[in-house]
Amino acid sequence: MAQINITNVSKIYAGGVEAVKSVSLDIADGEFIVLVGPSGCGKSTLLRMVAGLEAISKGTVEIGDRVINDIEPAERDIAMVFQNYALYPHMTVYNNLAYGLKNRGTPKAEIDARVAEAARMLEIEPYLTRKPRALSGGQRQRVAMGRAIVRKPAAFLFDEPLSNLDAKLRVTMRGEIKQLQKRLGTTSLYVTHDQLEAMTLADRLVVLNGGQIEQIGRPLDVYHTPASTFVASFIGSPAMNLLRATREGSRLHFGSQVLESDRLSALPTELTIGIRAEDLRVARAGEQSLTMKVDYIEELGAQRLVHGMLDGKKLTAALSPEIELSDTIALTIAPSRLHFFDVTTGKRLAQIVDGAVGKREDTGALEMAGG
Amino acid sequence: MYRTKFFDHVILLSGVFLMVGPLLVALMTSSHEAADIHRNGLSILPGGHFIETYETVLTKEGGFTGKITGLRMMMNSLILGLGFAAGKVLLSMLAAYALVYFRFRFATITFWMIFTTLLLPLEVRILPSYEVMNTLHLTNTYTGLIVPLLASATGTFYFRQFFKSIPDELLEAARIDGAGPFKFFIDVIVPLSKTMMAAIFIIMFVYGWNQYLWPTLMTTEEGFFTLVRGIKQILLVWVGSNIPDYNQAFALAILAMLPPVMIVMIFQRWFIKGLTESDK
Repeated sequence: MAQINITNVSKIYAGGVEAVKSVSLDIADGEFIVLVGPSGCGKSTLLRMVAGLEAISKGTVEIGDRVINDIEPAERDIAMVFQNYALYPHMTVYNNLAYGLKNRGTPKAEIDARVAEAARMLEIEPYLTRKPRALSGGQRQRVAMGRAIVRKPAAFLFDEPLSNLDAKLRVTMRGEIKQLQKRLGTTSLYVTHDQLEAMTLADRLVVLNGGQIEQIGRPLDVYHTPASTFVASFIGSPAMNLLRATREGSRLHFGSQVLESDRLSALPTELTIGIRAEDLRVARAGEQSLTMKVDYIEELGAQRLVHGMLDGKKLTAALSPEIELSDTIALTIAPSRLHFFDVTTGKRLAQIVDGAVGKREDTGALEMAGG
Repeated sequence: MYRTKFFDHVILLSGVFLMVGPLLVALMTSSHEAADIHRNGLSILPGGHFIETYETVLTKEGGFTGKITGLRMMMNSLILGLGFAAGKVLLSMLAAYALVYFRFRFATITFWMIFTTLLLPLEVRILPSYEVMNTLHLTNTYTGLIVPLLASATGTFYFRQFFKSIPDELLEAARIDGAGPFKFFIDVIVPLSKTMMAAIFIIMFVYGWNQYLWPTLMTTEEGFFTLVRGIKQILLVWVGSNIPDYNQAFALAILAMLPPVMIVMIFQRWFIKGLTESDK
């Protein structure tokens, strides 16, 4: 059990490529942090630096109160779960779990007890004498987690542990990882490119882009107040609609279409507007509305995703399946549901809160990198 | 499914005949008497002296000093073959381990330098090698016979390719599990390479067993002669009216063939597994 403090950590590869750019992150004891971002954003590199598998070019990483920059991975008191499980193929499941403990000179009786406990927790007791090759993907993943658990480490590091599983199993395992982590209360750092995994697992999620932190926050905070267009388009499915608009007084022009609100005056005249698909609804008669030309529909059962064009720009709306559709629909949105972003930097500008437009002063749940 | 047809059998049978025919002739001829062979040439029918010939070959003390028996030569060949194979496997594994898992300067260059020596046959460096061994007074020793041949580019190459196919995560998992370089090698690499080791071992055993030039150069004492050399020794007596013991030469040739054939046959399954699939 320990907190992890990552301070101004950079990774610079030979040749000057900077994969991670001065990232700082404080993880509280027992917290479940998910690093999420597209491939190449540096999330795995960051995790591997914490694990000790990559050298830290700049900055410091502390686990507990110990700077671990120059400490061997085995001495860092961490355990890691790999994407391809990385089980020792020639060892039985029991030996896979016990190997790390044996290397530490743990007494035989304690190894037995710990392996038995982990096996019970993960329900892999029947397989202890089998080799990994005789196990299914899900079982292997459990063994890989068992190997982490028996160590009783200060922190778990997960490197996309569910990416090799099929969709259904992924959902189950996701739940189990979450439960297990809550039960053990071990500080966890989890890397994924799957925003859904990130949303469901994280106590706090860290959105990375191009080696930098775009946003840190609780999943719902990130979802509802994305710090930039990047976060807005990355977190949430379907992705947030991002539309260019110009403001004239209290009117927002999307091409030829107009949305009016008396609370826009503090905003610049050129804007990127963010609209969550589920915030759009069909306009009642007489309401101001945007007209969308319907292209195609995705049925999700509980919802229906309607993809179409709003004055030549793509727009997606999540509507109830009961609503009858025609070639064009009139949609509307409450002004307070609009997100505003700077056109050039992509940074979040403001949100209409309680009817007032202003820079949102956040409570600390939201931190902007470099902001 | 493809049904085997008559013509396929013809092709296969003629292949078998081509490969096995000469061996059969050698075996049959070895069971005749030397004079008989001298008169009538090779034969494909068994003669009546099978057991005698082989007994003589294995136990009769012959050679220039009259001290060397076939059994002794077989022993020497085995020592050479096994030592050669075991040493090569060990050495090339360690070399490949260093090349793949340790980052040192010029690793790639080093590897390619080793690799290019694949192109050079032993004969190219046979004189300098002999010179070194001679200076170290290692001629007429098993050490001198085996050690200079141990470096193996082929083995190193195979093991390198194999190690490269082992996922990096395994190394990383082992590092987190507290296994140092030595432990990782013993606990993970060696067990994973078993089939590969078997395959290389077989290849190298046969190669070592069949060595002729190097043992000829290195050993002058007959106590160190190998089977392959022994065969030649028998034919060397052709002076004056002596008839070489053709039957014994054939018998020795058959004997010399047996161990490699047996090893390949026994370990065939491992051999194929090692060269074709990886156990990961």
